Amino acid sequence: MLKVTETQEINFSAGLIAQFDEIVKRYPQGKQKSALLPVLHLVQAEYGWLSPSAMDKVAEYLNIQPIEVYEVATFYTMFFLQPQGKYVLEVCRTGPCQLVGSDKMMTHLEKKLGVKEGEVTKDGLFSWRGVECLAACGMAPVLQIGPDYTYYENLTEDKLDTLIEELKKK
Amino acid sequence: MARRLLFEHINVPGINTFDVYRQQGGYRAVERALKSLSPDDVVEEVKKSGLRGRGGAGFPTGMKWSFLAKPEGVPRYLVCNADESEPGTFKDRYLMTHIPHLLIEGMIVSSYALGANTSYIYVRGEMMPQIRILEKAIAEAKAAGFLGKNILGSGFDLELYVQPGGGAYICGEETALLESLEGKRGNPRIKPPFPAVSGLYGCPTVVNNVESIAAVVPIVNEGGDEYAKIGIGRSTGTKLISASGNINKPGVYEIELGVSVEDFIYSDEYCGGIANGKRLKAVVAGGSSVPILPANLILKTVNGENRLMTYESLSDGGFATGTMLGSGGFVVLDEDACIVRNTWNFSRFYHHESCGQCSPCREGTGWMEKVLHRLEYGHGTMSDIDLLVDVAKKIEGNTICPLGDAAAWPVASAIRHFRDEFEWHVTHPQEAQKGNYGLAHYADPLPAIAATV
Amino acid sequence: MSDKVKVTIDGISVEVEPGTTILNAARQIGGEIVPPAMCYYSKLQGSGGKCRTCLVKVSKGSEKDPRPMPKLVASCRTTVMDGMEVENITSPEVVEARKGVVEMLLINHPLDCPVCDQAGECSLQDLGFEHGAAQTRYEFDRRTFERIDIGDKIQLHMNRCILCYRCTYVADQITDNRVHGVLGRGDHAEISTYIEQAIDNDFSGNVIDVCPVGALTDKTFRFKNRVWFTKPVDAHRDCPTCSGKVTLWYKGEEVIRVTARKDEYNEVEEFICNTCRFDKKNTSDWVIEGPRAIANTSVISSNHYETLKPLPVIQQNPALMAANKEEFERTKKS
Repeated sequence: MLKVTETQEINFSAGLIAQFDEIVKRYPQGKQKSALLPVLHLVQAEYGWLSPSAMDKVAEYLNIQPIEVYEVATFYTMFFLQPQGKYVLEVCRTGPCQLVGSDKMMTHLEKKLGVKEGEVTKDGLFSWRGVECLAACGMAPVLQIGPDYTYYENLTEDKLDTLIEELKKK
Repeated sequence: MARRLLFEHINVPGINTFDVYRQQGGYRAVERALKSLSPDDVVEEVKKSGLRGRGGAGFPTGMKWSFLAKPEGVPRYLVCNADESEPGTFKDRYLMTHIPHLLIEGMIVSSYALGANTSYIYVRGEMMPQIRILEKAIAEAKAAGFLGKNILGSGFDLELYVQPGGGAYICGEETALLESLEGKRGNPRIKPPFPAVSGLYGCPTVVNNVESIAAVVPIVNEGGDEYAKIGIGRSTGTKLISASGNINKPGVYEIELGVSVEDFIYSDEYCGGIANGKRLKAVVAGGSSVPILPANLILKTVNGENRLMTYESLSDGGFATGTMLGSGGFVVLDEDACIVRNTWNFSRFYHHESCGQCSPCREGTGWMEKVLHRLEYGHGTMSDIDLLVDVAKKIEGNTICPLGDAAAWPVASAIRHFRDEFEWHVTHPQEAQKGNYGLAHYADPLPAIAATV
Repeated sequence: MSDKVKVTIDGISVEVEPGTTILNAARQIGGEIVPPAMCYYSKLQGSGGKCRTCLVKVSKGSEKDPRPMPKLVASCRTTVMDGMEVENITSPEVVEARKGVVEMLLINHPLDCPVCDQAGECSLQDLGFEHGAAQTRYEFDRRTFERIDIGDKIQLHMNRCILCYRCTYVADQITDNRVHGVLGRGDHAEISTYIEQAIDNDFSGNVIDVCPVGALTDKTFRFKNRVWFTKPVDAHRDCPTCSGKVTLWYKGEEVIRVTARKDEYNEVEEFICNTCRFDKKNTSDWVIEGPRAIANTSVISSNHYETLKPLPVIQQNPALMAANKEEFERTKKS
């Protein structure tokens, strides 16, 4: 069972609801559950993670049971069920990336940020984790940062340092 | 110079925009199909082309289309599989990033052929930038009258939508993809029924890979017969190969099927040889799922013939000495690469990505990963190697979907061809932590065939 | 008769309605040739296909297309075709694959049968007994979950779960709305509710009956007794919610458990309501019908009948006879 760390109630803004409405129109009548993944992406982009309250509100909006949202949110690895750093650095750790040094990149991140995989830095800015193949093997090693999922390719330790400094200044 | 059908104009500045794409002859296939061909004619051209599914399985696309059930009054769907997640494969991302209108054009023509009036492109969620690119391209195409109601006055209506995934390799399996598109967990469905009869929302559905859909454009433009002239035997046309690993020029290359593997690795037109002056040790030729082959077997078949980049030649010798073209994810390992580590890495991937629905895959992938981890970190025993072979065998063929096979094959093939290296990890645990087994005999010329038959 | 299709399983032919699955055709024949089923449940739509214990070999697809199927198939989800030939216990390949599946099901199972209320009527225990190896080859820590209470009557012991999904189908199909489901994925997938939430519904207790293992157990029966020391008796009552047809499990004079009536495949005949299951534990609540028939192979029957008495049709077939003997040896070993 998942532990709940926050129970603050969430109410979606009218703007966000309008975006949901647009998405639901893509599917046939009565198949609004299809909107679940795109809607969850929007919610996560807005709040940084999916709290139980947010998921319950999504269920209410799509007229489905809350468990149907939990089942989906816990299945897909892109959804965060705990609060994260403002920037989540997701480093590809699979095959081709590993052949050209993704392990080194993760060791470097751990040292540079001073937190272990999955933890958040004290300033709340960063967390990092290894993820499976990001389909950018030709530009390995790579990492991505949500919610826009911008890619940073052909990584080196220097490039990581520069990236972190730039993000801090933002 | 090899012919390029999909990437002919890839280097034209602005080809990602509608206007430039159109100036380069884009959307001609839509015009030709909607104005002068019937839907069945399009299916016929695709059949004639010999195009085989580019997502990995290599099933003839035209035949897949002809299986689509067409009951009266029931909508049909075309869903494009852009969930590209197979380690070593990044061709679809490249195509969607640089020439998105090719996919949109292919979707319009294919939807017309199948009689689908609503089509979806399911893109893996991590490709948010590509999702935005496609949405922009769709808006452009719609503004130009190539999408929406009564396209080009033909009476054919089509709405095209992009659906993001959520981070799950399994959604590349077509029925898991459909489940996901319905807003559910990506658990593959038990077949039959196949999507051609009961797919999205229980309606007849075709699911095709990005590259397959894109290939329909040159097929309609030039005719299926012309397309079939490229390539060798049943491997017709061109194929996008994603080249990665320890090579000088990683990237996506469009090849005419039939190029030799040696040329592909060493010629400057493609990979440009092994990086840093190292020697070739092994290749995973079609994405992480296909059997890994040592240098000697990837360059030559067991009969001493040059191995070619075709469905048939790569699988020559079956799994004993061959592999598969798969999705075209060509991962090159140099002499410093550790096969045990690579195998463990892949098995961790499959463990992580198993949906957990059926027991052999749910339990077996984790078991294999743990044993491989133990071997890689110097705590393995000789019996672990046989255990892995046996566990792989118990998963293979016994699962709901091909992920079980995909998890078993890399492990079984690595042990089949690199057993010495696994044993060395057991006998030299400390050395294995610091160094690696090296090239050993893996590039030695194959023994003459007469001796073994 | 003419619209029926003929299927041959382990050499025994049977004519069944079109659309029947191989498993159900085998059940019509009965006996040793029936594949075991851990996730399929005939009363739950959409169930099956997941556990892979019912894998069989289709050696001939049909009269029209006699090609064999390339892989073993899940008999619970594969429909028969006219002229189909299936091998179950006569195929070494099937027996081997089934052993493999049982091993997989057990590697993360706690094997805590001595303290598990399901022991004695557990499908996994039967399966392990018949196909399992004496020793495990799995040398790693087993995955563990915390035990949770789903309401005051049902306990979820996730460590024991084999993820058959039956309980989720019950919740979808028998109760008003589903509050529990499968969370996570791969080998971390678990049956759960997001936040500890009671499954509060008139028919929720049925998840206990459909659970093939001891993952969902009746808290009112917890640690009360071993099932083989109890006496099952069929009884009914006039219930406004369900059929009221149940089995009462007696220890001496006391009703210590109420369940639905289960058939030889461990499936309930009819689902029962929570009132009957949890709240009616006096003999005076019930009209007693008589002792519940229990298979003589069950530990619940006090005697063990260990004789090989194959059907005549089996005796005529040497291959089947050999397979039958092997099956018999397996069930006899202790």
